Amino acid sequence: MPVTENRPLLFANARVVDPARELDFSGDVLIADGVIRETARGIASAGVPEGTQVVDCRGRVVAPGLVDMRAFVGEPGAEHRETLASASQAAAAGGVTTIVCQPETDPPIDDPAVVDFVLRRARDTAIVRVRPMAALTKGLAGREMTEIGLLGAAGAVAFTNGAQSVTNAQLFRRALTYARDFDALIVHHTEDPSLVGAGTMNEGEFASRLGLAGIPRVAETIMLERDMRLVALTRGRYHAASLTCADSLQVLARAKEAGLPVTASVSINHLSFNEFDVGAFRTFFKLSPPLRSETDRLALIEAVASGLIDVVMSDHNPQDVETKRLTFSEAAAGAIGLETMLSAGLRLVHAGKLSLLRLLRALSSRPAEILGLPVGTLRPGAPADIIVFDPDEPWLLVPADLKSRCKNTPFDEARMEGRVLRTLVAGRTVYEYF
Amino acid sequence: MTLEPPSPSVLNRRHLLGIEGLSYPEITGLLDLADEYVALNRQVEKKRAILRGRTQVNLFFEASTRTQSSFEIAGKRLGADVMNMSVNSSSMKKGETLIDTAVTLNAMHPDILVVRHQDSGAVALLARKVDCSVINAGDGAHEHPTQALLDALTIRRNKGAIDQLTVAICGDILHSRVARSNIILLNTLGARVRVVAPTTLLPGGIERFGVEVYRDMREGLRDADIVMMLRLQRERMNGSFVPSVREYFHYYGLDPAKLRYAKPDALVMHPGPMNRGVEIDSSVADGAQSLINEQVEMGVAVRMAALDALSRHLPNA
Repeated sequence: MPVTENRPLLFANARVVDPARELDFSGDVLIADGVIRETARGIASAGVPEGTQVVDCRGRVVAPGLVDMRAFVGEPGAEHRETLASASQAAAAGGVTTIVCQPETDPPIDDPAVVDFVLRRARDTAIVRVRPMAALTKGLAGREMTEIGLLGAAGAVAFTNGAQSVTNAQLFRRALTYARDFDALIVHHTEDPSLVGAGTMNEGEFASRLGLAGIPRVAETIMLERDMRLVALTRGRYHAASLTCADSLQVLARAKEAGLPVTASVSINHLSFNEFDVGAFRTFFKLSPPLRSETDRLALIEAVASGLIDVVMSDHNPQDVETKRLTFSEAAAGAIGLETMLSAGLRLVHAGKLSLLRLLRALSSRPAEILGLPVGTLRPGAPADIIVFDPDEPWLLVPADLKSRCKNTPFDEARMEGRVLRTLVAGRTVYEYF
Repeated sequence: MTLEPPSPSVLNRRHLLGIEGLSYPEITGLLDLADEYVALNRQVEKKRAILRGRTQVNLFFEASTRTQSSFEIAGKRLGADVMNMSVNSSSMKKGETLIDTAVTLNAMHPDILVVRHQDSGAVALLARKVDCSVINAGDGAHEHPTQALLDALTIRRNKGAIDQLTVAICGDILHSRVARSNIILLNTLGARVRVVAPTTLLPGGIERFGVEVYRDMREGLRDADIVMMLRLQRERMNGSFVPSVREYFHYYGLDPAKLRYAKPDALVMHPGPMNRGVEIDSSVADGAQSLINEQVEMGVAVRMAALDALSRHLPNA
């Protein structure tokens, strides 16, 4: 973790947005010793500690750093795709101050020693906070539960089989039950593999026209329905990793209304694109789960706006050229997203579909709350994980400028609006845009 | 007979990747040109020098003796140097990708690549990486444009015109690139297109492709002018799309009894290879209403027309 700068820092004349406290006002933020000291109007005029460095934000937004609940990092085992260091550089540039990495590494994060390795590597090489999710089943094989207690004690923030569902309902039931004793969070990818089959994109007319095998929406909703029944049975804490369709939202809404301990994420990609973006077999848009219809996309945005969906995550999944320069059927699924998540989210704000407060809540305070992390807020005493961004700054995404090792972004050459100007972790500047 | 060089407007593009996007004049222009090649192919002297000095590579990632031979004969009759490459066994197994293969081939300066691949979109991907013209000889379940053109040519020569006709395409629509290309082409030419299949073999949203959908063979064939059968891809049987060959033949196999629901002068087509006793009864396949052998003949002519038309876009043409 970066060392803390000694001098207090005052972000003055900012639009201060603290989603954890539903605050959105013009004011100042004072940080010192790596923590937030005060957020209020007129701190500058009221007097600041001697030696305070004052940054005039000129109306730009100061908000908590983003907490990304789902990023696939190649370390250990696939460092050619991404390392903790390169992912953290990308994260810092995108305003993400905490990356929650997934256990699909080689070896998978299914043992406390691997959790320890990731945390140590992150400490030594990463410029933002990194917290691993551990595997829910040994070797991610879906047959035996991992050591949920020991893994949690080692620093795992949640338990998941990454981009795979646990099809064995008995095992999943036991995992939910056992996890409850440790108040551990289980994060589940909801996709029935037998219904996915050889599918590569959303099932429907467009897939039929392209001659691609489709993945039906029920592959997701059936698994989610099953999970909701098991959560009702066990009362284990559950988070749906990546919902993509309107039907799932109904299932989620029913579960929440019934008071089940359930939360859910959506990826920024599913809020930004629909199945037609696959166009002429463009593999950068091959994702898992697949991009759905425009109706689904709009429903997902509305669910974020209403708070039904708690979290927006990047689903950062770097794939090297060799796994994307293939036919659509053969290409690997996944897109990078750490650097573009906030800008892409701001598109929705500019389009009037989400308030800035609601977007930032889904990107920072909600994931922090769900994971039990003390970040995601500008509350005094909280770690000074802060971003300063201009929500209106236009820019063109040039893949070569990206900090990720892989450049598989669906926003290739896209015009973006809004960019991060400065990122601080524990009060130390880890990224600054000039 | 004399063959006038086609005007560049016959096929206003460098590649033939699908029927999708082809205009009515492009389709009819190709069919007119193919008609001339039918006449040429029935002569003793069948050769033309249109592709003399040109190299045509037939790059087949998926085995297909029939289509590959058809393209080979077509190229040779136009004077091209034709080379056949089957890739499914060698380089790809060693880890070479489609794009590696394309780049390697491109360095050999072919003029026309004829490509078949098991994945939808693969031929278009390859076309973006090479400098020469590319013809799609079938990509996954996506398109098979020369098959649709040869089917249209066969129909037009037997029925005079295609608009006003009712064409029933029957069988495994889900996995069929032939069906997709034919639906687009026949719609463009004004035919009324029906598809007939069990629902498990119909792609999602098929009713929005401009077709009428039938699950009952007798209903689907009623008063049809053309009955186009498709091969049941038996390798797909493991996916439980239909319970058994016996049941499939009972409900969807074309036999004389079912054919009687179509018009008395209805014609029967099949892109081959046929599964006799699965989707078609031998007595129908070999019967008086069958155009199946004629389709093979038209295939060579259509491929000559496509090669000819594309050659007009080659450098120094």
